[in-house]
Amino acid sequence: MRKVLFGAVAALALSLPLAAMSAEEEIHLPKQEWSFNGVLGKFDKQQVQRGFQVYKEVCSACHSLQYFAFRNLADLGYSEAQVKTLAATYEIQDGPDDNGDMFKRKGKASDYMPKPFANDQAARASNGGALPPDLSLMTKAREGGPDYVYNLLLGYEDTPPAGVTLMPGMNYNKYFPGHQIGMAKQIQDGLLTYADGAPNDAAHIAKDVTAFLHWVAEPKLEARHDTGVRVILYTLLFTVLAYLAKRQIWSRIEH
Amino acid sequence: MSTEKTRLQRIFEWHEARLPLVGFIDHAVGTKYPAPKNLNYFWNFGFLAGFMLLTMIMTGVFLAMNYTANIHMAFDSVERIMRDVNFGWLIRYMHSNGASFFFIVVYIHIFRGLYYGSYKSPREVLWWIGVIILILMMATAFMGYVLPWGQMSFWGATVITNLFTAIPVVGKAITTLLWGGFSVDNPTLNRFFALHFLLPFVILGVVFLHIWALHIPGSNNPLGIEAAPGDKIPFHPYYTAKDAFGLGVFLLVYFSVVFWAPNMLGDPVNYVKANPLVTPASIVPEWYLLPFYAILRSIPDKLLGVIAMFGSLLLLFVLPWLDTSRIRSATFRPIYKILFWVLVVNMIVLGWCGAQHPEGLPLILSRIGTFWYFFHMIILLPVVGWIETPKPLPASISQPVMAAQPAE
Amino acid sequence: MANTAHAHAAEPAGETRRDFLLYTATGVAAVGGAMMVWPLIDSMNPAADTLSLSTTEVNVAGVAEGSRVVVMWRGTPVFVAHRTAAEIEAAEKVNISELRDPQKDEARVQKPEFLIVSGVCTHLGCVPLGSKATDPKGEFGGWFCPCHGSQYDTSGRIRLGPAPKNLEVPPYKFTGDTTVLIG
Repeated sequence: MRKVLFGAVAALALSLPLAAMSAEEEIHLPKQEWSFNGVLGKFDKQQVQRGFQVYKEVCSACHSLQYFAFRNLADLGYSEAQVKTLAATYEIQDGPDDNGDMFKRKGKASDYMPKPFANDQAARASNGGALPPDLSLMTKAREGGPDYVYNLLLGYEDTPPAGVTLMPGMNYNKYFPGHQIGMAKQIQDGLLTYADGAPNDAAHIAKDVTAFLHWVAEPKLEARHDTGVRVILYTLLFTVLAYLAKRQIWSRIEH
Repeated sequence: MSTEKTRLQRIFEWHEARLPLVGFIDHAVGTKYPAPKNLNYFWNFGFLAGFMLLTMIMTGVFLAMNYTANIHMAFDSVERIMRDVNFGWLIRYMHSNGASFFFIVVYIHIFRGLYYGSYKSPREVLWWIGVIILILMMATAFMGYVLPWGQMSFWGATVITNLFTAIPVVGKAITTLLWGGFSVDNPTLNRFFALHFLLPFVILGVVFLHIWALHIPGSNNPLGIEAAPGDKIPFHPYYTAKDAFGLGVFLLVYFSVVFWAPNMLGDPVNYVKANPLVTPASIVPEWYLLPFYAILRSIPDKLLGVIAMFGSLLLLFVLPWLDTSRIRSATFRPIYKILFWVLVVNMIVLGWCGAQHPEGLPLILSRIGTFWYFFHMIILLPVVGWIETPKPLPASISQPVMAAQPAE
Repeated sequence: MANTAHAHAAEPAGETRRDFLLYTATGVAAVGGAMMVWPLIDSMNPAADTLSLSTTEVNVAGVAEGSRVVVMWRGTPVFVAHRTAAEIEAAEKVNISELRDPQKDEARVQKPEFLIVSGVCTHLGCVPLGSKATDPKGEFGGWFCPCHGSQYDTSGRIRLGPAPKNLEVPPYKFTGDTTVLIG
């Protein structure tokens, strides 16, 4: 048994250089500290609320957030009344009414964030042919996750490196695959003033909005971590008991 | 024990006389199944595979209650499960990672069989049924991966179903039949859902045959020699206790991934909704299919590639006759033991190659790996069986076990 | 099972401790299994989005006196009746001690001219007829259930037939003179 286990470990170790080789071509993403990482990681609610402000005031002009409903804000510590007031600031298309016409009404807590464009074609037409992707799953839909989104937001360079010719309407970004990205640089120092007076340099803004996007992408993260700790502790208890019981039972025979 | 029976005992006996349900279980995995006493922890993985099958069926049924098999709603319905359904995130992450852990367990189970020669006489049919289960699992997993209707779901389905176009003459017609149209589309998703729901129950049925076939010759053991009646112990409580402990250790690993790295084994691109106009930069199947995918791509001819891929699996059916050695356990086969580990490394290398673009080093390695797989199976196994001088076998299980310290 | 018992009997030493360990391990496993089943069961309960959609807004301005409309609330019909003076009078003068489910009319309405009741028969869940002008309304001028013949009066109370209860009054409130929020 031990020899076989040793063989298995050796076989895996032999294969390790392969893993290193495959990592060669990838763009190196500087890792960030996130409050939601780690065994007990949680969202920093203040930070996520600031990120929501960034999304509202900047990103929402072009990017939809289709899986985000106003009621979700309750998880960030918004009261029911606050959620209702905020939802009511949005106009939602509803209908048809009794005459068969679509109409606009104030948003309700159960409504989803309205999209900036009526459809993909309209979105492309307003953005030089590029489609601004929906952001509700962005931190899970890209290699590197939140680190990628954060670095991308800050990774713009005004002049591309020598030898790179930008296509018309494109911008140079260190972290975008292929380096030519349709979206122009958005995050700048002092882009907005936070309601809670937190620092508003480019790095902080990028970090806040990324934290918000990760919360939208993985809203059950905290429940997952909490449940996980309980489940692991319980399983550990079971495993120890099972081991002791097994040892007791096997002590009856010679083996 | 007193001879007086309680009322409950009498009701129990009345029922057992008519349908011996408890007796059946007792014979299958209970006190009436004598197992060799020297089984090591690699023998846990059969039980773990059964556990994972049940976990997948349980979580899958409840996911199906909230899933919508329609190309316009599938992706959204999965997100609704993740966000709004009570514990939906837990059930889905247990199911998606459960597929990976099911394969980890089954692959270890298979390699255990390869190392200890469990496929050899008189267990050939048991082995066949196992290969059938593996193929059914692959089909089920592939179709399950299509259901979330992400980019990798769609393009994986497109690439794999296109394999059938390689079949001469009728290939195109078969593919159209699989699709129910002219591309992977709503009819395809719908039928994949129906089959993905059905196949696990077929697997469950075949697993019963697997256990039945196991009980005819009984379990193999690390020494590969016949276990004398005196060297056997009842499955319950000895191996139920050992399996319970193994299950605990396994669950610790499984839960760690479910709760802290639930997307580690998945591809980020599958969180982008399927788009038939845009192919992702690289299309890779889930890790458990990678070695076979590498075999497919290593051969520059479409039809031959498909034949090699399916052939690599079908070859397992004749393995009991390709291996000419009558010694089961690799412990007593010095040359085969080396070949076994080379094959393990070979499969890992092939798996790595399957995830890379088929060019340069990965292509060369996958060609070497593919060659070696078939060379190992078709040439080396029979030849080594003839020329190898095995180490002397112990007379009985008790002999070496009592001489040395317990091997666990 | 029997074999286990024999094994115990054969080796009495340390038996108590072994039994304790076995029972505890089995118990912990059983409880753990049960705890894993709960998330599966709970996933069948209404999801967060379903719960958040449980209100319906109705504008009753368009419902003429004497007519009735049916609106959807939580996937089931709700009857909104704009009652005439005669209908209100008929509902109010009933001697409630004669009723199967005694309830005063004023306990069932917020504004006497608008009766808002669930459109689900309390017998077995069919939708009673009576909301369209051409529908049969039963002997009591309210609603008539075609499934098993239950008859309701102009207050939606059960008067005849197998239904045990009055048509349920859903939670609602007037948010304006003519707008009602149900739920």
